[in-house]
Amino acid sequence: MYSYSEFDEAFVRERVSQFRAQVERRIDGSLTEDEFKPLRLMNGLYLQLHAYMLRVAIPYGTLAPHQMRQLAMIAERWDKGYGHFTTRQNIQFNWPKLKDVPDILDALADVEMHAIQTSGNTIRNVTADHFAGAAADEIADPRPVAELLRQWSTDHPEFQFLPRKFKIAITGSPNDRAVTKAHDIGLRMVRNEAGEEGFEVIVGGGLGRTPMIGKVIREFLPREDLLPYVEAIVSVWNLLGRRDNKFKARIKITVHEHGIEEIRRLVEDRFTEIRPGFSGVDQEVLAGLEAAFARPSLPERSLGGFESAYTNDPVFRAWSDTNVAEHAVPGYGIVTISLKAHGKTPGDASADQMRLMADLAEELGHSEIRISHEQNVILPHVHKSDLPRVHAALKEAGLGTANVGLASDIIACPGMDYCALATARSIPIAQEIAERVDELKIEHEVGHLKIKISGCINACGHHHVGHIGILGLDRAGVENYQITLGGDGTESASIGERAGPGFSADQIVPAIERLILAYLDLRESDSETFIQSYRRLGPAPFKAALYPETAEKERADAA
Amino acid sequence: MSRKFTPKVVTGNALIEGDAVWLTEDDRWTREMSEAELIEDEAHAQMRLLFGQSQPSVVVGVYLADAKAGLNGPEPTHFREDFRTRGPSNYPHGKQATA
Repeated sequence: MYSYSEFDEAFVRERVSQFRAQVERRIDGSLTEDEFKPLRLMNGLYLQLHAYMLRVAIPYGTLAPHQMRQLAMIAERWDKGYGHFTTRQNIQFNWPKLKDVPDILDALADVEMHAIQTSGNTIRNVTADHFAGAAADEIADPRPVAELLRQWSTDHPEFQFLPRKFKIAITGSPNDRAVTKAHDIGLRMVRNEAGEEGFEVIVGGGLGRTPMIGKVIREFLPREDLLPYVEAIVSVWNLLGRRDNKFKARIKITVHEHGIEEIRRLVEDRFTEIRPGFSGVDQEVLAGLEAAFARPSLPERSLGGFESAYTNDPVFRAWSDTNVAEHAVPGYGIVTISLKAHGKTPGDASADQMRLMADLAEELGHSEIRISHEQNVILPHVHKSDLPRVHAALKEAGLGTANVGLASDIIACPGMDYCALATARSIPIAQEIAERVDELKIEHEVGHLKIKISGCINACGHHHVGHIGILGLDRAGVENYQITLGGDGTESASIGERAGPGFSADQIVPAIERLILAYLDLRESDSETFIQSYRRLGPAPFKAALYPETAEKERADAA
Repeated sequence: MSRKFTPKVVTGNALIEGDAVWLTEDDRWTREMSEAELIEDEAHAQMRLLFGQSQPSVVVGVYLADAKAGLNGPEPTHFREDFRTRGPSNYPHGKQATA
């Protein structure tokens, strides 16, 4: 993976020492909160309901074992012994004290990490396919490009005061695991008719208050044009973006208001103007990055240990079938470690669990770790004969849940248990749904199902692209949960549609249960997934399951 | 006739810890909502809010929150303010840990 240059190291250290002085001046009263707030947000420090929260960047979700161990150390020394992995592939600490934050940032800098541009109206952490560099369906590893974008966007002088935040996602695979169509810019690696690698560039996607599926602005962009083209998009939006209205400032609204054709024309003009300024240095940097991200050598080995465990141990078999994905190299697997044990908080890992995952990555996973936007941890290169050992160690640490991609593998934002913006809680709903499907023992039968929960309209829990989305709202001083159906965050992206009136905190879990059971009755065969059934049948039978009284009344009225 | 004023408390977060705090009648910041001053007069509420906001080296994000009189002192009326008196529901952290 990428190692900091002298420039990176000096830059990150300087920012820490600047922030240390800013915190001192805030505490001694020389800075007011109004003056300090933008400074702390530039360093990822939020004030939440019960405490500060520090959001640490995990660039494109890639971590090394020694970095994971440092996160564990920070969790124990300055927090409450755990961290929360987010839907942006980052980690959040929920309980730091203001005076400790500069020390935490120094400890992060010790392992080439930081919290810069994890907040504020800047280009945020570039997210990537969490199977990058390992996936069997991949054209190329997207992370060298993601790192190039990170270097270009970090402290970019033109883009420090954007109309609003700006998020870029990239995937190297036709199967989109990076939700590229719901980002300000989505980049999908493709090949043209001549077989050359390039990008399909998608712009103006986003969730939140006005969910939009991104539109293709350029069907094929040659690799060497990437930085000037992305810079052209951001600079066009930087001028056009609605700074008068926070809710209309994101590029999705700019694209919606001006139309994709007009935006394309402006971007192409700007691109033509700035392209000559890119002399090719970026391509030299990129070549170096590609070497840094080269896949480790994965030797051929016997599969003996795997096959006997697979045949004899049904618990291992279930885990292996659910949590291990196909690797580009025969004999290897991509392990997804579920941070969704039934009844636990989605995305949380204790310091002990972090250290165990670091040890496993080091001993059996070629020292590579990824964080997924689905709030799980990935060991991308594990030989199948090592899977029984990995599984046994994970199981002992409470990390062996075989539910990846299933009903209890729920994305949930922190919601009103932590977040100052939330309108309702998310975590307890996720915990109760997971416990209920575990009680019913139906999730393996139900199969692939994405449930996503957000505790407010900002949609950090990606509820719009959940097959079943849940949005927590405050309705007249009571928590209320609205269901959306039919969302999809993959290459066949769609925004879920609201099913009807919301449910109270007591009613929401039974409602989800009715929905799941109705799907089992409705599906044509065991291999038809929830989203496929929904697309085949439309919302009516699912709504009937959610609102049986309304359905009953309609039948009576029709009779 | 003017609308009846909903009683209020002055609240915010402690500068260093970020913990929820409430303003008392004798000008202290308390970590227990029940010790807060329950303000029943609108003009007085504005005065107390200004007083709270004038202490930026102690407390951050000061605002008026709806409250009602309870047996042991002021109590929250909205679930958000209720959560602030306890902490998160997924771990016994925050105020509920020391209660």
